[in-house]
Amino acid sequence: MPRSIKKGPYIDFKLLKKVQKLNETNQKKIIKTWSRASTISPEFVGHTIAVHNGNKMIPIYISENMVGHKLGEFSPTRIFRGHPGTKAEKASRMK
Amino acid sequence: MARIAGIDLPKQKKVYIGLTYIFGIGEVTSKKILEAAKVDPEKKVAELTEKEVAEIRSIMTSNYKVEGSLRSEVQQNIKRLMDIGAYRGLRHRRGLPVRGQRTRTNARTRKGKKKTVANKKKAIK
Repeated sequence: MPRSIKKGPYIDFKLLKKVQKLNETNQKKIIKTWSRASTISPEFVGHTIAVHNGNKMIPIYISENMVGHKLGEFSPTRIFRGHPGTKAEKASRMK
Repeated sequence: MARIAGIDLPKQKKVYIGLTYIFGIGEVTSKKILEAAKVDPEKKVAELTEKEVAEIRSIMTSNYKVEGSLRSEVQQNIKRLMDIGAYRGLRHRRGLPVRGQRTRTNARTRKGKKKTVANKKKAIK
C-alpha cells in the first residue's frame, strides 16, 4: 500500500538539503547516503548519489525515469552467485 | 458477425461475457461499456444489430486501451523497470517473482516447470 498523499513523499530531510545546495551552486558531487527509503524527487535528476547497501556505497546516476522510485531499489543488498555445492561439490566427489 | 478490436466474439454467449474475450476487458468494464452503449448485457452476441456493434466499438476505442496497445504498454512498463536497474527490473530479468514472494518453494508461475537438480543433498542429520 502506498504512502498517504496528504503526507507527501518521504525524503530524508538532510539528503534533500544537500541536493538543493548542489542545485543552487550548480555543482555535481557524489552524495553519500544511508537513506534507502527516500523517494527520488525531480530535484535529484542528474546527480550521482551513493546509496549504502549494508556493505558499501553504490553510486547511482539518477535519470528522469527513476523519479518516484526509492533510492534503495537501485542498490541491491544481496548477491546471488549460484546455488551452493553445484560446482564445488562435483569437484570434490570426483576425488 | 461481431468483430471488435480484432477479436471475434463468441456468438452463443451473452454480450457482457463475450466482451471479456477482449484482452483488457473484464466483466466490470464490459458492463460499463454496455451501459454507456445502451445495450442489454443479457442479449446474445449473435442478436446484436450492426448499429449496436458500432456503438460498442466507438465507446471502446475512445475510452479504453485494449489488446495490442495495452499489451505493448505493459511491456514498456516492464522494460522501463529493467532499463533503470531497479530491483523489480532485476527480478523481471531473472524471471523470478517481483513482489517479494518466497522462492524457496512455489513461485512456479514465474520460474516455470520444475527443474530437478541432480544430486541435491538432503540435510544431514
